[in-house]
Amino acid sequence: MRPFSWRFIRVWQRNRDVFFRLWHSEAPGFIAEPIIILLAMGVGLGAYIGLVDGQKYIEFIAPGIIASYAMFSASFECTYGSFVRMEYQKTYDAIIATPLNVEDVTAGEIFWGATRSLMTGTIILVIAAAFQLVHSPWAVLIPAVSFLEGIMFAAIAILFTSIVPAIYSFNYFFTLFITPMFFFSGVFFPLSSFPQIVQTLSWIAPLTPVVHLTRALINGEFHPYLLGALALIITLTALFFSLSLITMRRRLTV
Amino acid sequence: MPIIKTKNLTKKFKDLLAVDGIDLEVEEGECFGLLGPNGAGKTSLIRMITAVSPPSKGDIWVLGNDLQTHSRQVKAVLGVVPQVDNLDEDLTVLQNLMTFARYFNIPKDEAYRRSMEVLHLFELENKRNGHIRELSGGMKRRLLLARGLINLPKILVLDEPTIGLDPQAKYLVWHKLTELKSQGVTQLLCTQNMEEATTLCDRVAIMHHGKILSLDSPQELISRYVGNEVWEIEVNPEDRDTIIKELESRGLDFEDAVDKIYVFHIESDDSLAGLMDFTSRLRRRSATLEDVFFRLTGRSLLE
Repeated sequence: MRPFSWRFIRVWQRNRDVFFRLWHSEAPGFIAEPIIILLAMGVGLGAYIGLVDGQKYIEFIAPGIIASYAMFSASFECTYGSFVRMEYQKTYDAIIATPLNVEDVTAGEIFWGATRSLMTGTIILVIAAAFQLVHSPWAVLIPAVSFLEGIMFAAIAILFTSIVPAIYSFNYFFTLFITPMFFFSGVFFPLSSFPQIVQTLSWIAPLTPVVHLTRALINGEFHPYLLGALALIITLTALFFSLSLITMRRRLTV
Repeated sequence: MPIIKTKNLTKKFKDLLAVDGIDLEVEEGECFGLLGPNGAGKTSLIRMITAVSPPSKGDIWVLGNDLQTHSRQVKAVLGVVPQVDNLDEDLTVLQNLMTFARYFNIPKDEAYRRSMEVLHLFELENKRNGHIRELSGGMKRRLLLARGLINLPKILVLDEPTIGLDPQAKYLVWHKLTELKSQGVTQLLCTQNMEEATTLCDRVAIMHHGKILSLDSPQELISRYVGNEVWEIEVNPEDRDTIIKELESRGLDFEDAVDKIYVFHIESDDSLAGLMDFTSRLRRRSATLEDVFFRLTGRSLLE
């Protein structure tokens, strides 16, 4: 594995410029949709759901919505978005003919994906605060968690992007990996009602520790196992980031 | 010292030897042409020299730097004009240049100044706020050339720079490349346009199956392989064998193609005296690099 350099910032800047030129076409997916989910599930479905500790259902799901949509942002950006840039627009080929190398491009894409997560997570957090669903000042740390989460999911997505033959392959990624996590990482219901095997699988799913961490920060309730959750996120991030640098080099320098 | 030097440069794909042990030296300030049929290995060679594709074997030095350890420094002084259009479709014409300049760490004011300069050079100023998809094929090609100059390169690497251009644009590009050469910019030009190679290149290497078959100035290649004049003979089928025998007996250098017989290295007009009766048509013309190309790489399709 070769390291990336500070030059990755040039790729990040390129993506930022494009995003702010076209942001209105992306806004519905990452602002309107989470609000709709939050209200439909929280208020609509929530009316029929009584939680054991008397918490309102919308309060229960708000942190999970933040974590999930932060995940979606990085995942979409670094699958479909990166693939189009890489294969259809040949943007990476143009960039690696300049002083930037493959690792800089990969890191730039990952940190841009993470920035998308940061923006999405922060926007939903602000909306949640407006609905008075935030109960702890610790919640100011949630954008940082969203950013870290974004690096992890962007790295996973880029790794997948670097090995797929065609854009259709991303259906597998979302149907078999991202969507199940949305439902089985403790976003909408606690996992304690599931058989042990599902609970174990859920703890391996990278979204689960993020949901727990975000929920703790929004409620200001901490447990020692959250340190484990944080360690898990950092470990997975380091692992997938390194792997993606290797597989991207293989893909681009033939 | 050569500005580009390769030693035993080799590129192997799964079961294809694309570049087969090439030793190459490009001198500073020259325009060096790479000619060859599709699949000859030109693009693979260029991709290795521009540090976007690692060699399977061999070494490359650019400006005395080993490319393996100094790829960033080398890429900083290269201007690359690729064969495939890889302009940034998400950005406007001017943004393409400004963003590209940023990859080279050129400060914003300077980047703007240079962008406007290269847009002017390739007569694209009035398109500067246009989107890439609104540009014609010729404009895209000119923008690729403009982009390749944004870092004031010492070496310009061009892969089929005038492919798909109309004659007006082609001459504009040739003129600009000649100007750049007079300013001391070394050029490595990959082309299938023989006229382009003859017009622009000081030296030409003819590639085939990953090897360089011959390397010299266009004029020298022409006089070595075909002589200054070529005679094209259209023969009646029934006379074909007679003519070929006659050519052989006179010790002439000729090639029997499907529809014509080409005679090369003609010493004097008497060489073909007496053959006229058999021919339905005969044409004398100046020899070109294309004749050399066919002699060295054959006439049949290779792919």
